Amino acid sequence: MLTSSLALLGRFTFVQLSALGEFAVFVAQTVARTPPALVRRRDLSRLVPQGYTIGALSVPVILVTGTFVGMVLAVQAIEQFKAVGLASRMGVIVSLSVVRELGPVLAGVMLAGRVGGALTAELGTMNVTEQLDALRSMGADPMRVLVVPRFVACVVLTPILTLYCDLMGVLGGWFISVPVFGVSNQDYWGFTKSALETWDVGSGLFKSVLFGATIGLISCYKGFHCRPGAQGVGQACTESFVSGFVVILILDFFAALLLKNIYESIWGFKMVF
Amino acid sequence: MSQTSQPIVELRAVEKSFGPLHVLRGVDLALERGKATVIIGESGTGKSVLLKTMLGLIRPDAGQVFVDGQRIDNMRERDLVKIRRRFGYLFQMGALFDSLTAGENVAFPLAEHTKNSKERINQIVAEKLALVGLDGIQHKRPAELSGGQRKRVALARAIALDPDIVLYDEPTTGLDPIRSDSINDLIIKLKNELSITSVVVTHDMTSAFKVADRILMLHRGHFIADGTPDEIRNSEDLRVRRFITGDADAGSDEQPVQETLL
Repeated sequence: MLTSSLALLGRFTFVQLSALGEFAVFVAQTVARTPPALVRRRDLSRLVPQGYTIGALSVPVILVTGTFVGMVLAVQAIEQFKAVGLASRMGVIVSLSVVRELGPVLAGVMLAGRVGGALTAELGTMNVTEQLDALRSMGADPMRVLVVPRFVACVVLTPILTLYCDLMGVLGGWFISVPVFGVSNQDYWGFTKSALETWDVGSGLFKSVLFGATIGLISCYKGFHCRPGAQGVGQACTESFVSGFVVILILDFFAALLLKNIYESIWGFKMVF
Repeated sequence: MSQTSQPIVELRAVEKSFGPLHVLRGVDLALERGKATVIIGESGTGKSVLLKTMLGLIRPDAGQVFVDGQRIDNMRERDLVKIRRRFGYLFQMGALFDSLTAGENVAFPLAEHTKNSKERINQIVAEKLALVGLDGIQHKRPAELSGGQRKRVALARAIALDPDIVLYDEPTTGLDPIRSDSINDLIIKLKNELSITSVVVTHDMTSAFKVADRILMLHRGHFIADGTPDEIRNSEDLRVRRFITGDADAGSDEQPVQETLL
């Protein structure tokens, strides 16, 4: 009984480790092919349709996400802040929360669902209909032709979309705080301006670059390794979203820890009120 | 050995398994230059795997693969590019890129491997599409084409770089008899007019007898018959007879193979 359980555990560990190894090779191959693709005209031209699909088409959903995150944050906080006489600082709590954490993470999660799922479905379908083999049979490298443009588009556009999300979050918080709950417009923007630093925006964008890379790599990897048939593609899409979501949350925790330590070792503890 | 007498593609004792499934069990094959070789066999016997092994899309577990005397089964992907340029591959379902038009599909290998101008590429695309009887459909997407048209566009793409060898994976599957015959005529035309070496994997015996110079039958991972279309047609091996007549009850599966065909 104990032996068979140990054998099962051993087999499970082996399978997981070999999958991790395969993914690491996939990441290394993608990263190695990226710089040459950034200087070749034909490879650059492949970025345009990806930029449109991944970036432009995601704008509406990101704007809605940001707006409602900012609004709900303000709705939850305003009464408590009023009770302790700090309603004038609503801009501080909304902007710091959105710019440091909620904007990058929720934009990342939203893109993992919208973009990650679509990329996995597209590449998975290409895989099961032999289009990847067709590329290889023509002497073309599927990693360079398919993965690199999608990876680059995710890395470049996720921070830009995160900026949109941040902006709408702060505006959503303003809408609830100022016109609805009567906080002074001058206080909202004045305290926001004094509390929000370049570091806060930069650290959020740094995280969004990591999230973009995560979405691009996981979704392309899952598409390239999906099982045959419609069920295989569907399962790959689910795995792509779930893995992307979990990895984003884990990366967010470690990145927040790292950035906080770096900040405090340079400037010391920051008091926001 | 002279260039002409050397097999253009040679497989030596090739073995391939997928998990517990032992698909190829020591396959030996030498392809003659400029001839059409047809590989027949039941579904799932490894015909497509064999085809993919010939240009390194699948690596054998054991054995060796040579193209013009050069061993390719242990080559890196990067080095295989030069070898693959000499091949055209017609996939079973066409494998056209959905996101590109028919014209862009045919232009893809040209843009990837040549420095031709856009005008010259468009001219070659029109020539290749005309060869398969489809000039003028450059702007259509694969989804707008019928099954037969998709196969013919895929064939135009496969011959875009004027390959020495074209591998056809079930070229007539899913097509009506008239469309199937037009594909057969195309295979013969390409072989005769452009001296292309053809390897056709099929279980359509009408097509096999029409296009083949040589027919081999793959059964349970190795060849059990090898001969001209007439030799195969007159084979007394019951496994071959059952397959070419499509009669499932025609004798035992374990009947010994006729010696002359091995």
